[in-house]
Amino acid sequence: MMWRKVLVGTATLFIPVTITTLDLFGYVAKVEGASMQPVLNPDTEKRDYVYLNKWAAHSYRFERGEIVSLLSPFNPDQTLIKRIIGLEGDVIRPINCKEGSVTIPEGHCWVEGDHHKQSMDSNLFGPVSLALIVAKASHIVWPPHRWQRLKPIHPNLDRYIMQNHTTDDNLF
Amino acid sequence: MFKNIFVRSCVICGKIAQYYCIIHCTFEYVFDFILCSGPSMEPTLFSNDLVITEHISRNRKTIQKGDVVICLNPRKPGDLICKRVLAFEGDRVYVDDKNKYEWIPRGHVWLEGDNKENSIDSREYGPVPYALLRSRVVWKIWPMQHMGWMRYPGDC
Repeated sequence: MMWRKVLVGTATLFIPVTITTLDLFGYVAKVEGASMQPVLNPDTEKRDYVYLNKWAAHSYRFERGEIVSLLSPFNPDQTLIKRIIGLEGDVIRPINCKEGSVTIPEGHCWVEGDHHKQSMDSNLFGPVSLALIVAKASHIVWPPHRWQRLKPIHPNLDRYIMQNHTTDDNLF
Repeated sequence: MFKNIFVRSCVICGKIAQYYCIIHCTFEYVFDFILCSGPSMEPTLFSNDLVITEHISRNRKTIQKGDVVICLNPRKPGDLICKRVLAFEGDRVYVDDKNKYEWIPRGHVWLEGDNKENSIDSREYGPVPYALLRSRVVWKIWPMQHMGWMRYPGDC
């Protein structure tokens, strides 16, 4: 009788509440790889843990410079962590092109890792749909001495050909 | 007396939260109801048809060519689109005429509406990442006269 109660309680209370909380509010994830150095994983040997705020990403409103986690367009099981460089309407020159430019289509953005040499980002797969973004990375939570809020760092690239500011007021 | 009311309302709020969570998990991971709108899937689905879609084959990656799927709109995040999967990664899709074709990149699918003349789909915005797929349409429940399982070529 006791076992049955525990089983039913787990199935109808703890599992659904845990999953829903993780889905709605976010979770803590380990950052793999060097693509966001020096902001994340500055020491390649040690791993940072970041809080991925899903609540903040529900509205799909982002600004340039925010760190987001998104599903890889090449592999639905892989999650990437990148910085948003360009939004809809911006014109950007990809890093490996001397000339030529990409205009970011409606509902898309341009994401890049801070460490260009070790990053699989929009320079490889082009603009990505905002619908692939699952969360904003808002804090580093572990290790304790690295605890900090991740503020948007506005990218100051010479590769911007044009920034579209007509959509910026949608942010608020 | 007052304390009693407080305790009771806490219990009721807890129950509501619990049922909300159960419904959330069911609709997010098992099945959900979708009200179709727009002409792009005619004659398979019409505007205001109500369908049941399941998330299991999307998560287990058993979606097959010909399945009707619900997908996040790559152009308008937050919106859903209903289209048919026509090709997977590595396939070749002819666009416009028989001479021009496009390879589907890794992790992508090619979606088209059944109503070719009146559908905004991969022909316009290119291959769509598999990660944007949400679920597969399995059952039409409304209107009554169209009620029944969706028929797919892969089914026996």
